[in-house]
Amino acid sequence: MPIIKVENLVKRYGSLTAVDGISFEVEEGTIFGFLGPNGAGKTTTINVLCTLISATSGKAFINGHDCEKEPSTVRKSIGIVFQDTTLDKDLTAYENLLFHAYLYGVKKSEIKTRVHDALNFVDLYDRRDDLVKKYSGGMKRRLEVARGLIHRPRVLFLDEPTLGLDPQSRANLWGVITEMPKKHNVTIFMTTHYMEEAEVCDKIAIIDSGKIIAEGSPDELKKIIGGDVISLKTRDNKWSQKEIKKLFNIDAEDKEGELYLTSNKGDACIPELIRGLGDMVLSVKLQRPTINDVFLKLTGKAIRDEDVSGMSNIKEEVRAYRRRH
Amino acid sequence: MEFNAVYVLVAREFKKFVRERSRLVSAIARPLIWLFLVGAGMSRLVSPTGGVSYTQFIFPGILGMTILFSSIFSSISIIWDKEFGFFKEILAAPVSRLSIVIGKGLSGTVVSTIQAAIVLLLFPVLGLKLGLVQIIAVLIIAIAVSFCISTFGILLATFYENYESFSVIMNFIVMPMFFLSGAMYPVKLLPKPLALATKLNPLTYGVDAFKNVIFPAEEGPMSADFSLATDMTVILILSFAFVVIAARLFERKK
Repeated sequence: MPIIKVENLVKRYGSLTAVDGISFEVEEGTIFGFLGPNGAGKTTTINVLCTLISATSGKAFINGHDCEKEPSTVRKSIGIVFQDTTLDKDLTAYENLLFHAYLYGVKKSEIKTRVHDALNFVDLYDRRDDLVKKYSGGMKRRLEVARGLIHRPRVLFLDEPTLGLDPQSRANLWGVITEMPKKHNVTIFMTTHYMEEAEVCDKIAIIDSGKIIAEGSPDELKKIIGGDVISLKTRDNKWSQKEIKKLFNIDAEDKEGELYLTSNKGDACIPELIRGLGDMVLSVKLQRPTINDVFLKLTGKAIRDEDVSGMSNIKEEVRAYRRRH
Repeated sequence: MEFNAVYVLVAREFKKFVRERSRLVSAIARPLIWLFLVGAGMSRLVSPTGGVSYTQFIFPGILGMTILFSSIFSSISIIWDKEFGFFKEILAAPVSRLSIVIGKGLSGTVVSTIQAAIVLLLFPVLGLKLGLVQIIAVLIIAIAVSFCISTFGILLATFYENYESFSVIMNFIVMPMFFLSGAMYPVKLLPKPLALATKLNPLTYGVDAFKNVIFPAEEGPMSADFSLATDMTVILILSFAFVVIAARLFERKK
């Protein structure tokens, strides 16, 4: 049985359709990546799954429990790290975790060990008695991940976990996240618009304007692009082109003095190329398609080019809707 | 209802209250200012006919004010929590909305009752004589009034999203509530429209309950305006109503 199951989920705010009939499943113990530009409907989907808002129509289940009908059971089995920090900055790291443990009804005899273990896991044990307002952005995010694990959830939701972090903190947090499924027996559901982060996911769904436009493992999605790109520099491009056509039946393109060819298995193709062309080859470069290329190909726009004003417009509209109702 | 959640909400408030010295200092300074600067000055102007001096007369009102400010302040910290995101951590927890309202209400009750108890220590300085039973009665009333005003504050907090609204609440809700509570003048002497507004104010019944206990023998203009039974009934009914409405308002967003 999948740990998360979403069927035909729709969420409308007045005339704005934030989520437009999406369906997907997440297998237990995997890292599931929910990708899309700002305002695509990622956070709205998370909010429905976390029982914070009701769906307009459709169903969502976590561990077999209906998010609409059994919110309390669902809440016990999930942990959430929101996009914006939700720590109490006037309490210490330790107190924040203690608060969470009590709030989630963790057994009294277990609270201490769990809080200590969680702090150790994210490497913040030595700073446990510092007020959170003294923490850096990366430390806060790690502390939130630790907090999300205190009540031993089955699923941990991470909404843009690395947003706004410096490269080092991002790498650090990634180490923590990829370790979690095995170490804590938890399924990870994360949203991101950083393409390179999506590569570590077991499965990815790409969402754009409220609809899922592609779904699969990173490798499967990359196949949409049609394989790896190999670029070659040779002593004689004309001769090499003919030779490649003869040997592999591939048309190599000559662009600005370099030959480009695509192959499903770029890494295996390179030795054969070199064997075939001999010492005509000056240099070889292998470029693997990224999720960004996939997104570009599917939507016609790069995910990062999406300007932020698009998102704030949608957020503004949602807020205005809530004020009216 | 989840007692673990209620407990941890109160514990958090208490921890912060103890940690923030400035909050405690200003909480104790405010009643002193009113009693000895305003009260002492006004008592030159107002010479009541009964056995109670003006400074003594406003003492129940100052107890009420202490509770009003600290309860509202505690409850509308929810607005801060919303602004800084922490409220989401509470709302996403497997905890009923009722527990959250009760927990926040009791948070305000604990810190307000502590402050009211400190202010109560001033009674000998004002020349008031209170027996042990009266002191205990004042503390019990303080708990009920604190809970009532705290839950009212939670209700207020549900309507505001950012802390710019803090000054709006202070100027247009808290200050009028203080002046229209019978704290500074007897309700029975007020002109009709003001008397009506005063009767709609939950704090009025709290201040009046204190008057009933602190000046049991007083008759004439400075005496209590309603019976103690009326005061307590109104406070309890209002507390119940505020809890139910606030819990409703915290339900899931559409």
